[in-house]
Amino acid sequence: MLKFVGRRLVQMVFLFFLFLTLVFFLLEAQPGDITAQFLDPTIPAEIRAQLVERLGLDGGVWSRWWNYITNFVTGNLGVSFQQYPRPVLDVITERIPRTLFLFTFATLLSYVIGFTLGKRLAWKRGGFSEHAITVSGVLLYTVFYPWFAIIMILFFASGLGWFPINGFLNPEFWRGAPYTGNEVFGQLIFSLLITGLVFGFTAWFARRQEERSTARVVRVIGYGTSLAFLVIFWLVRGDMRPFALDIVHHSILPIVTLALIAFAGVMLLTRGSMLETLKEDYILTAQAKGVPEKDIRDKHAARNALLPVVTSFVLGLAFIIGGGVVTETVFSWPGMGSLLLTATVAEDVPVATGALAFVGILALLAHLIVDILYAILDPRIRIQTGN
Amino acid sequence: MVVEEKDPVDVLTELPEGEGITIGAGEQLPESLWKVRLRLFWKSFKRNWTLFKENKIGLAGLAVIALFALMALSYPVMRSAGPWQNDAVYNPVIGYDAPRAEFEIVATEADVVDPTTQMDANKAQLWCFRVVAGDTCVIPQQPAPPGSDHWLGTDPLGRDIASQLAFSTRAAFLLGLIAAVVTVGVATTIGSIAAFYGGWLDNFLMRVADLVLLLPLIPILIVMSGLWQINLPILGVLIGILSGFGGTAIVLKSQALSIKVKPFIDAARVSGGSNWHLISKHIIPNVLPLSFLYMMFTVTEAVSLEATLSFFGLLNIDMSWGIMLNTAQSQGYLRSGLEFWWLLIPAGVAVTLLAAGFFFVGRAMDEVVNPRLRAR
Repeated sequence: MLKFVGRRLVQMVFLFFLFLTLVFFLLEAQPGDITAQFLDPTIPAEIRAQLVERLGLDGGVWSRWWNYITNFVTGNLGVSFQQYPRPVLDVITERIPRTLFLFTFATLLSYVIGFTLGKRLAWKRGGFSEHAITVSGVLLYTVFYPWFAIIMILFFASGLGWFPINGFLNPEFWRGAPYTGNEVFGQLIFSLLITGLVFGFTAWFARRQEERSTARVVRVIGYGTSLAFLVIFWLVRGDMRPFALDIVHHSILPIVTLALIAFAGVMLLTRGSMLETLKEDYILTAQAKGVPEKDIRDKHAARNALLPVVTSFVLGLAFIIGGGVVTETVFSWPGMGSLLLTATVAEDVPVATGALAFVGILALLAHLIVDILYAILDPRIRIQTGN
Repeated sequence: MVVEEKDPVDVLTELPEGEGITIGAGEQLPESLWKVRLRLFWKSFKRNWTLFKENKIGLAGLAVIALFALMALSYPVMRSAGPWQNDAVYNPVIGYDAPRAEFEIVATEADVVDPTTQMDANKAQLWCFRVVAGDTCVIPQQPAPPGSDHWLGTDPLGRDIASQLAFSTRAAFLLGLIAAVVTVGVATTIGSIAAFYGGWLDNFLMRVADLVLLLPLIPILIVMSGLWQINLPILGVLIGILSGFGGTAIVLKSQALSIKVKPFIDAARVSGGSNWHLISKHIIPNVLPLSFLYMMFTVTEAVSLEATLSFFGLLNIDMSWGIMLNTAQSQGYLRSGLEFWWLLIPAGVAVTLLAAGFFFVGRAMDEVVNPRLRAR
């Protein structure tokens, strides 16, 4: 297992450097150099030359490339033009948790919806409901995202008034608040992270139990603890609670929108994978034994159909990150995606490329996590690569 | 002295076509090669069409695409006459054609009985200089609601929405075509080369493909559009390369691998076929059908990406579905509810439907290519 993780890690590092190189050449290939673009054209030539030397732009391409890579690895991404003289890394680290929050919940939600609908679709092939769900799922998948996000806002925020129209928090409500938004959000993330970890550990530990009764006890205790932790945490931080709830309230509509855009991919994959699993002999055996249909579907077929769906997470990942950029922008959710777009529009090149690099890192890291998860779920994978 | 060596197998296929092929001494194939190929193609097409037809959703997708094609064709026909007659065809980018409404001027706001035909003098000053009660004032309506002149109304700049919609359809098809052709070219080439040569080249190409597959296209294209001026053909090529080098190349490589071990490849090699001949005449033609499947998904991707990037105003394009929404957004009409629905609905529905149409066709083709997905 360790060997497997190590191999994947090495591969990821290699891919990451390949990606950084790509970003570097994107920058390098832009017309004109940075001094020609952003400086007064009338400054004397020797000063310009000095500047070029100071910025390390005087060497050859490879020395510049090496500069870029070393600077990136040491965390020096330059200074934002727009928010001068704030370092890019500072801007980005402020935005990352918000994007991760949106992204994690939207992914989880889309997987839950997609997997549940997908297994049902495969189970009841043909018929009107299959067509209806497939068509609406694909329409949501190919939908013009910003347009869909706007429709969601028009309907649920402007029309029904259930959710705020956009933004991260309600400034009127926060006036005179004893905390900053980032502090409250940090606490929120912390409590959810702990809850999630306990939850995940319980699920993993319960599956390892041989006895059904012990597994049940483990589940009750584990899930109970995680929920109790969340409740107690926010009872203790009662002064912060209304502010945290405000942030959560603002996040619901973007999360739902992103999940709706993304679930169809999971749904179609589950369906395909289920159809294959349903042809297996053990399904026939289960049917012959008289196992209830629901149990065959959920416990025999869907469990095994889950594996390919988890691997294909990689495909969905790029999709959901792309959708996230759009969703964040339309909902004015101040995460990496909207940072990327606003920086690009404002020609804030260091921030734009820095954000792009971090989006890439996010994708690679998520890929790594899924790989490891997959190896945990399916012993065949680690045995194969171990040899 | 360098003698130009000819690949013997190439010599065989380079025989003048249409004359029948001579094998050995005096023997002739009954038909010329292209006729055989055409017949085979037609046969497999008919077989696949029967399979395709069973998928109702795929047929619906095809119908949607056909509808959009008709719409694209209709544009120069439907828009070749009208008040813009000095131009041969109405240009939806610069064609200002706001319908004018005549208002009767009354003295004060309290006198206005019917706000659709009457206006108080004070307000009318905005359009008609120094009007007094009793005058009439002609005011251009923009955005104008749908009417007989403009079936889908006009946009905030007084341009006909229906024409913009049809005009943009052509652009969408063009973009899809470019992206699809580039994808097929890139993916089949990369896939075949990686499968054929193997070794470090295969490893390197597949790692790059992994990377491209992992990366979300939207952020990359957003940053690229900030650094360069990207227009429609360039965008098509970029999307083609990025989607062709990613997942499609990986799938086609595995397909090419399964072909590489077939006996006819060995046969061709034994009869002296060069590597290039093997790749271009044997592997690529066998991989190509599968790549058409991924072409459909590329078109879906290209259409929605273009719309998204245009919506954010990042592309150097003068009219597209995304630009239509961008105009409505930048003029502040988009978030005001459904009051100005003709600015919001047509463009969004067009993007969604065309993208979905190609996706459904792709999925139906997937069921033709992958027997395991079929109902029987």
